[in-house]
Amino acid sequence: MGVWADYLISDAPQSRRQARLGQFWRQWLALKRNPLAVAGLGIVVALLLVAAFAPLIATHDPLAQNLDRRLLPPSSAAWFGTDSLGRDIYSRIVYGARVTLVIVMLVVLSVGPIGLLIGAASGYLGGWVDRALMRITDVFLAFPKLILALAFVAALGPGLENAVIAIAITSWPPYARVARAETLVIRNADYIAAVRLQGASQWRIVLRHIVPMCLPSLIVRTTLDMAGIILTAAGLGFLGLGAQPPIPEWGAMISQGREYIFDQWWVATFPGVAICIVALGFNLLGDGLRDVMDAK
Amino acid sequence: MATATTDSLSAHSFRVGRILWRELTTIAITMFGLLLITFLIARVIPIDPVLAVVGDNAKPDVYEAARTELGLDKPLWQQFAIYVGKVFTGDFGKSVLTSQPVLTDIKRVFPATLELATLGTLIGIVLGVPLGVLAAVYQSRWPDQIARFIGLFGYSIPIFWLGLMGLLLFYAKLGWVSGPGRISVAYQDFVNPVTGVILLDAAMQGEWDAFRNALSHLILPSALLGLFSLAYISRMTRSFMITELQQQYVIAARVKGMSEARVIWRHALRNAMVPLLTVIALSYASLLEGSVLTETIFAWPGLGRYITNSLLNADMNAVLGGTLVVGAVFIGINLLTDILGRLVDPRAR
Repeated sequence: MGVWADYLISDAPQSRRQARLGQFWRQWLALKRNPLAVAGLGIVVALLLVAAFAPLIATHDPLAQNLDRRLLPPSSAAWFGTDSLGRDIYSRIVYGARVTLVIVMLVVLSVGPIGLLIGAASGYLGGWVDRALMRITDVFLAFPKLILALAFVAALGPGLENAVIAIAITSWPPYARVARAETLVIRNADYIAAVRLQGASQWRIVLRHIVPMCLPSLIVRTTLDMAGIILTAAGLGFLGLGAQPPIPEWGAMISQGREYIFDQWWVATFPGVAICIVALGFNLLGDGLRDVMDAK
Repeated sequence: MATATTDSLSAHSFRVGRILWRELTTIAITMFGLLLITFLIARVIPIDPVLAVVGDNAKPDVYEAARTELGLDKPLWQQFAIYVGKVFTGDFGKSVLTSQPVLTDIKRVFPATLELATLGTLIGIVLGVPLGVLAAVYQSRWPDQIARFIGLFGYSIPIFWLGLMGLLLFYAKLGWVSGPGRISVAYQDFVNPVTGVILLDAAMQGEWDAFRNALSHLILPSALLGLFSLAYISRMTRSFMITELQQQYVIAARVKGMSEARVIWRHALRNAMVPLLTVIALSYASLLEGSVLTETIFAWPGLGRYITNSLLNADMNAVLGGTLVVGAVFIGINLLTDILGRLVDPRAR
């Protein structure tokens, strides 16, 4: 440990990797001091574990119907009760973690790079490229997010993939904005001028020297956005436009429990609690990361 | 002296004109993009609009005639031009679901959304601004923690789930409020829709029982929207106030012996109000959107539910008309705040 710690917190790193790892280590130490951020990290890690080991954690088959055991209240046999088709709600929530994770990952993986590239190109190149790209961004920002997503799902047809596409189409503009703002600051830095004098092409400058500098604020933005993505996906699922039955998506589960809300409260309640916990986890972690990473 | 004043005046009006021109072009471009997107969505939709009119078993010549009548045989850019022209005359087409012009439908449902969003925003302002101010003044003490807590929950709870829980608790268990809908059936015929905003109509016609009934329907959904607007407004108020309280004029005011309350509420808050105006407008605009889910939960006959219902029934004219109206309201509110901000803040003029 001692050797490792010395290596990591060395003031004179010998290699690029050592410097990078050292920075990670210091950020981790800072994050560790914030109990709320650690709690958020714990929730996110727990989500990953639950999704990975869902078959081991679930007590029942999430899709197995049993009409003799419809709408049973929570008990030792069915921890969160059963739904209108006699399926075990606890097991469905456990498997639903996978659905949520897939949605969030797909959206973030498609939106992050696109927003980053558009923003960095816009900010670095300036001129008419900047004006055109920012106008397009403005048009998308002018739409309320959920309504635009609704309209896209209407055009593409309901379903998990289309919900992901719709959310992605509606959520890239803020990323582009953040990346552009960062780029505007970075592009006048001396080291960019130095790289340019060495004859680097514009693409090389954008991809290798500007994009990496935008990453921290984008990571923070992404983490904070995850909660929003989860809520939007759940909203689409609730309206019947996201994941289709029998996929155990949390929003759709709440919608299924809606008719029974006054008599069988557990059907709609537990999936909602799951959404709250996960969204809260991402928000807490994002807040913590912002404090750690944005401090330049 | 006199010439100098007129000079500066004309320079000023010139600058105002330029700003106005820039605003207007921005809006024109944004509106154009809005139209283009809705048009393209309508074109890529897998449902054949001709079949929707003539039915599945139509003969080829009937099909072709309907296609020509709908203008679908023209090139895409011409169709777009026709679409834009129609929208500008307020023609969004007919809703298949209600068989009425979409604009008529929207006029009918919009007041319900407006009522909900307005009350929600009012709740957000009345509670959110003071909370944000206190959080900034007592940083990391309990008012700040409360604001932080509400903010976190506002960003983490699905609004439709909280609505269900609210109905379960306050309507089914405690019986404090009325259930879904805008007004109970018993009172429905007492109020003539003049403005479409039931509270106003009932008050103007002196139907106080109906007023109370409508209010008891309205209070839960608008409190819900208010909570989310409160989360946003208090968070932003806090950060604006923290910036203002570090300014030198605050120190100057304190040095002059002004009371702390006066420094905070009269001087700092007044300056924080300028950016806050934008925040409040944004939150108001987003309530028009956030109400899609809330309206579904509370069976609220507003714009959000109209769009969703049309969507689930593949009534594309209605969906696109509704989307366009929401987008336009969004742009309009943004423009209004921009202008208002310039009027209020001398620095931005």
